[in-house]
Amino acid sequence: MKKFKKLVSVAVASAMVMAMAGCGATEAPAESSSAAADSGAAEVVSGEVFKIGGIGPITGGAAIYGTNVMNAAQMAVDEINAAGGVNGYQLALNFQDDEHDAEKAINAYNTVKDWGAQMIIGAVTSTPCIAVGEKTHEDNMFQITPSGSAVKCAQYDNAFQVCFSDPNQGAASAQYIGENNLATKVAVIYDSSDVYSSGIYESFVKGAEGQSFEIVAAEAFTADNKTDFSVQLQKAKEAGADLVFLPIYYQESALILTQANGMGYAPKWFSCDGMDGILGVENFDTALAEGVMLLTPFAADSEDQASKDFTAAYEAKYGETPNQFAADGYDAVYIIKAALESVNATPSMSVSELGDALKGVMTTISYDGVTGKGMTWQATGEVNKAPMAVVIKDGVYSAM
Amino acid sequence: MKKTVRSNLITIGIVVIAYIIVQILISTGNISSLMKGLLVPMCVYAIAAVSLNLTVGILGELSLGHAGFMCVGAFSSAFFSKCMKMFVPGMPAGVRFLIAILIGAALAGLFGLLIGIPVLRLKGDYLAIVTLAFGEIIKNIVNILYLGIDENGVHFSMKNSLDLNMENSDNIIINGAQGITGTPNDSNFTVGIILLVVTLLIVLNLIHSRDGRAIMAIRDNTIAAESVGIPVTKYKLMAFSISAALAGVAGVLYAHNLSTLTALPKNFGYNQSIMILVFVVLGGMGNIRGSVIAAVVLTLLPELLRGVVSDSRMLIYAIVLIVIMLFNWAPACLEWREKVAASVKTKLGKKNVSKEVQ
Repeated sequence: MKKFKKLVSVAVASAMVMAMAGCGATEAPAESSSAAADSGAAEVVSGEVFKIGGIGPITGGAAIYGTNVMNAAQMAVDEINAAGGVNGYQLALNFQDDEHDAEKAINAYNTVKDWGAQMIIGAVTSTPCIAVGEKTHEDNMFQITPSGSAVKCAQYDNAFQVCFSDPNQGAASAQYIGENNLATKVAVIYDSSDVYSSGIYESFVKGAEGQSFEIVAAEAFTADNKTDFSVQLQKAKEAGADLVFLPIYYQESALILTQANGMGYAPKWFSCDGMDGILGVENFDTALAEGVMLLTPFAADSEDQASKDFTAAYEAKYGETPNQFAADGYDAVYIIKAALESVNATPSMSVSELGDALKGVMTTISYDGVTGKGMTWQATGEVNKAPMAVVIKDGVYSAM
Repeated sequence: MKKTVRSNLITIGIVVIAYIIVQILISTGNISSLMKGLLVPMCVYAIAAVSLNLTVGILGELSLGHAGFMCVGAFSSAFFSKCMKMFVPGMPAGVRFLIAILIGAALAGLFGLLIGIPVLRLKGDYLAIVTLAFGEIIKNIVNILYLGIDENGVHFSMKNSLDLNMENSDNIIINGAQGITGTPNDSNFTVGIILLVVTLLIVLNLIHSRDGRAIMAIRDNTIAAESVGIPVTKYKLMAFSISAALAGVAGVLYAHNLSTLTALPKNFGYNQSIMILVFVVLGGMGNIRGSVIAAVVLTLLPELLRGVVSDSRMLIYAIVLIVIMLFNWAPACLEWREKVAASVKTKLGKKNVSKEVQ
């Protein structure tokens, strides 16, 4: 028995080594080409297609965001290819799962790099995006994140954002509430364990200074404790808040609206892009969301022609209504297309050459997409676009 | 050579040979980026699995919060490294990382000791319950921790980063849920392997020492061990705090491998603790070499499956886990394995006999 154990362990160990070596061998062609790319040699990298790597969560708690981005990006790639591609070359997309984890995101990045990716769409969520950003910066690979909203997501010059950064959203919300005199006393309920939510909250507080309202209550909850909000709502009510700001995702918002209704508390509600999707929550009485205001770059049932076309195409292809993550992912592909076209890029350019060319041109292009018109970029990677205030009226989003 | 010494040498030999092979592959350029990126995580999880095996396999107590100790090691060391990077930029990276490792190990070990002092005096599954709670508590505390340093001194808050009253928000080191960003990337494969070998040396030497025999005696029969005068609590505490400290080392390696460190349920939560326990159980409880191999194989597996079945890889991964579990522990499987082993043995024996005849 002892001997057998030894035998098995040796066998497993050798199998492991074989697997490693085998892995190295089978992927050798891709590796050698990307190695050549790293050194900036003018060798053909990957034949006749532009290779775009995608990174986002497809499994786990944040899977809905990654799946939406993946589907929409694939749809955009298919559309572009059907219309003749970019500069006459086709696009290829390889989307890898990061499980909303920084370590897995690096694995996903390395996987697409082995595949020969020249540009990165991702990561979808903030923490993995920061980790991937470090690696793309090392390789000087062009990166555009559809929805990584933390400032650090675009801390290097090769990374750009499609969505608003957190400080932008918080400050814009505070400004909007103040300028339109929506309230005098504001309460905030936010998720202190979430990067997105706490980031917006902090910038909201900063932006509220000098505005015509005061923040009377700021109540936090954490990811482990997000089913009962009666304490937070009670405090907001006692403080006499006539507007509650919810910089959180729609799942929790749905619970908050339901529980507030149960305790007879009916303030105005104001939220950010995370609220988008609330009308699709199962078993949620959408009448409760009536009058909810949100700042969002995209609304699935808006009257805008580009949004309409996108929503119709997405619904036809995947059988569900796209959320703003999908819209961001869709735009990301078209932004890459616009950037590639304006520098007349070819797939034979190396990763680093493409990175240099694209990051140079990103600050000069202007793009009309489903998440905004006339989008431009600063050298910091942040996007400039007008936030759109939307109010839920008669069960649909309509512009204010 | 004594049997235990030979067995230890084989374990360490496997690690060293694997290291040499990988280094050859790297220098000849025959290794994919994915593989290269996985090398340090493999070391992290191997160290974590070996350290947990000390608690589960050798001491015979169940710890469900090992990721919590990793978290302590990760955050304390990342905090130190970030501070040093900001305020003592001239410090050599090697020295900084060495001190970071010691800090991470010491703090994680201290927490292990603090938990162990009340809990390890009890009999039963209390350690499992308390460590489970510990892991969750640590994760939540780290998520509300705000700490910054500037010329006015140290700013600390448990509410939000605005309460720090910092003039320059760039000097915030721990930023609540956003964690620590900008930790220097000091981890690399060589350091990982050195730490793994050191961990193996510590654990293997402990097991085969007088103390280790006492610990195993406690595992096998506490009453008998007590009756021959072994101080039960002392040895339990010793094994558990060493195990916690080594988990802290794994955390240090983890924190310095990524530039962003946040305490998400995914990396330092309950599931991660269970994942490390899975490595230990599949590798064989009490079998140190098995823990290393299981940790390496199971860290590699989901990543290698990306290339084969991208969509359903997590499903395949789960099935593989179940199959390995059955192969290792199901009675029918054990019988079959013994039969196969016996027939292989007789065949080999026959060959040897025929050779002797010739």
